[in-house]
Amino acid sequence: MAYIELRGITKTFGSVVANKGVSLDINRGEILALLGENGSGKSTLVNMLSGIYTPDSGSIRIDGKERNFASPFDAIRAGIGMVHQHFKLVSVMTAKENIAIGERAGFFFNERRVGERIYQIEKRFGLVTNPDKKIYNMSVGEKQTVEILKVLYRGANVLILDEPTAVLTPQEITQLFAILKKMKEEGCAIVIITHKLGEVMEISDRVSVLRRGMSVGTVKTAETSPRELTEMMVGAAVSLEITREPVEPSAEPMLAVDRLVKRDDEGIPLLDGVSFDLFGGEILGVAGIAGSGQKELCETIAGLMRADSGSVRFDGGELLGLTPRAIIKRGISMSFIPEDRLGMGLVAGMDVVDNVILKSYNKTKGFFVDRVAGRAHAERIVRAYDISTPSVNHVVKKLSGGNIQKVLLGREIELGPRLLITAYPVRGLDIGASCTIYDMLNEQKKRGVGILFIGEDLDVLMELSDRILVLHGGAVMDIVDPAKTTKEDIGLLMMGHKPEAIA
Amino acid sequence: MIRIVSRVEPSPFRENLLRLAAVGCALAASAAIMAIIGYNPLDVYAKMIAGSLKTAYRFHETVNKAIPLVILSLGIAIAFRMKFWNIGAEGQFYLGAFGASLVAFAFPGLPAIILLPFMLVTAFAFGGAYALVPAVLKARFSASETLVTLMLNYVALKWISFLQYGPWKDPAAKGFPKIAPFSKDAILPNFLGIHVGWVIAVALAAIMYFVLKKSKLGYEIDVLGESEATARYAGMSVTRVTLIAILLSGGLCGIAGMVQASAIEHSLSEQLSGGLGFTAVITTWLARLSPPVIIVVSFLFAVLLQGGAFLQSSLGMPATVADIIQGIIIFFVLGSEFFVRYRFAFVKAGHTAREGRA
Repeated sequence: MAYIELRGITKTFGSVVANKGVSLDINRGEILALLGENGSGKSTLVNMLSGIYTPDSGSIRIDGKERNFASPFDAIRAGIGMVHQHFKLVSVMTAKENIAIGERAGFFFNERRVGERIYQIEKRFGLVTNPDKKIYNMSVGEKQTVEILKVLYRGANVLILDEPTAVLTPQEITQLFAILKKMKEEGCAIVIITHKLGEVMEISDRVSVLRRGMSVGTVKTAETSPRELTEMMVGAAVSLEITREPVEPSAEPMLAVDRLVKRDDEGIPLLDGVSFDLFGGEILGVAGIAGSGQKELCETIAGLMRADSGSVRFDGGELLGLTPRAIIKRGISMSFIPEDRLGMGLVAGMDVVDNVILKSYNKTKGFFVDRVAGRAHAERIVRAYDISTPSVNHVVKKLSGGNIQKVLLGREIELGPRLLITAYPVRGLDIGASCTIYDMLNEQKKRGVGILFIGEDLDVLMELSDRILVLHGGAVMDIVDPAKTTKEDIGLLMMGHKPEAIA
Repeated sequence: MIRIVSRVEPSPFRENLLRLAAVGCALAASAAIMAIIGYNPLDVYAKMIAGSLKTAYRFHETVNKAIPLVILSLGIAIAFRMKFWNIGAEGQFYLGAFGASLVAFAFPGLPAIILLPFMLVTAFAFGGAYALVPAVLKARFSASETLVTLMLNYVALKWISFLQYGPWKDPAAKGFPKIAPFSKDAILPNFLGIHVGWVIAVALAAIMYFVLKKSKLGYEIDVLGESEATARYAGMSVTRVTLIAILLSGGLCGIAGMVQASAIEHSLSEQLSGGLGFTAVITTWLARLSPPVIIVVSFLFAVLLQGGAFLQSSLGMPATVADIIQGIIIFFVLGSEFFVRYRFAFVKAGHTAREGRA
């Protein structure tokens, strides 16, 4: 009998059925991968397991006993802990304090006792953290370790991880997987949600696939292939290939960035002498650990951030010092998908129409916003990019992640830009939706648009980009040809090492 | 076991039903309080309605109270849509009244047709300029607009007191500290029995509806209210939009001051507002920043104020009872927002959990 048995779990939100009769077994000493496209109900399912939602019907049995979780606290008491995609840490506190908050202990904070328990857990599972380091000083990988530690500290022996590798470097992923394997050996049960099939094949023992809220099946990882898994997920055979369209780039560089420097208030360089050329009809990929200057680079080119020195020339004309609107008028478009997806490019509380007109509302003459044309434009974008929304008057934040991103990218592409800056356009998207976005980018490349593609998945960057620029600490480490470089070398460059092989 | 569950799909009908229910609960709770202090609540409510609506005179009085509330709320709504927490309507109101008085005293000989619009424009300019102070401080030094606008209220009020007790004290008032009355041409005429301020209020509400909901400026204000980063990204000039919107916001509050000074008080005084600028913050919020709803809510609040004043004379009940009812209504209506977003789910322990449809 399995340690955790989910039987016939159904959950509806209003008229949307998120889970329908889902059954799942989780064993101790096993890593189970949960796979499915966006909106297939993976998050809903694990949220019920971790006490955030309550199922409408169905049962959750742990160790043979039926359980009802009224809150995440109940789930933690039953030994189930969840590491969310977006870390829930207090950044001004130390790791130790973060781990101990929420613990129902005495009135005072017994720092030594907490420290000792943390040390015990670290030793047992092979985690490495500095418990006295403040969260805001930590890298993404360190923060994630703290999250895992927090869950273990509360006594969890079932660990659920929601897309844990999305923001990690290859080296950090290797470390994470080592921790997970160690936990498995210690008898923990691990559920991992991920979109990356390569990782599923590498780390998991079994894979359970969901499609449109229902279980499609569970297979042993050793007995399956990425192709089979994709077919289970999508329900049809699909091509997984990301193509690199052969396009002759423009003779002259479209965008010439020269010794761009930007320092923060304390004089620490955010952009440290960045120089590169970008040609029309090329996709220049940008790789780097989160926070290596990607955001600053995008915002400086788009005119949202002032550089301290250097120059950005577009078709020979200087961009630095121009207003964002003037830069948009020259045909430069930026779509930056932040971690919460809705940050800058979209207005979360407005409907599709009002979001689609965000950059073009000012092109019409007169005092009023032309929403009749805006509506027609929105309907065209919804059709062209196959955005699933009840209507164009639906509030954007209520759409699913993939559709939100399609609204953003669709709007930017429909502006007919000459230079497209896109950061993390497939963040959190499943394979099907990601491929649509890659196709959209390739389509633009064929038209001679220059594309600066800031990505996080190295596999994708290597398949899609014509060249890859690696950022580290705000400086360009190197610009490499993906066909002649290995992933590991790029990973080293991202960490700030210049491997001899490349140099 | 009870747990709090967030509602998934909003339904405007249910939301409005909830708000109505909240007002109902508030009236019931107020009734309980009145019963405790020894009044028959039904009698009190009946008297409030009668006192505010029954005769033509009382109805006029009620409308007179609603007019400044509507104009002030419109002004506040612009700033609030941008998430600029302008609670300085009171001060902008007084500055507007001051500007209008300056004109009225400087050009007493001008015909009404020229003088009144001149006073209106000056009031708009004075109120708007006064509101620009916190806007500039915020843009330049990130000073909290909430605190600055609040404090400037007192500066404005003290300025009017100073004028009233000092340089503008009317020598003809036999020693009473009051400012001289306006000339006949500086007083707003009546239209259909009520001073023409109601036409101004309705017209402004219609204009603001189009500005906020249909115009480019309204769109920019809404985007800016959601996220400054997005507004900048879209190429909007954050400074320009902020300054225009705040100028409008303060300007409208200034117009309310001019209307009140000219039509009701026929002069300037430190009692001109009587806290309307603060009541208007409440009506704006209850009207959810929508111009048409502002008219309705302001009128209902005027009924409450006028009815409360009537209680004092008819039942000998302190007028502050109206304040209590006001407070209770606000408590319930703001509290009902919780139920718009969340609901309680009852989970029986040890039993399969079942949740009703949202």
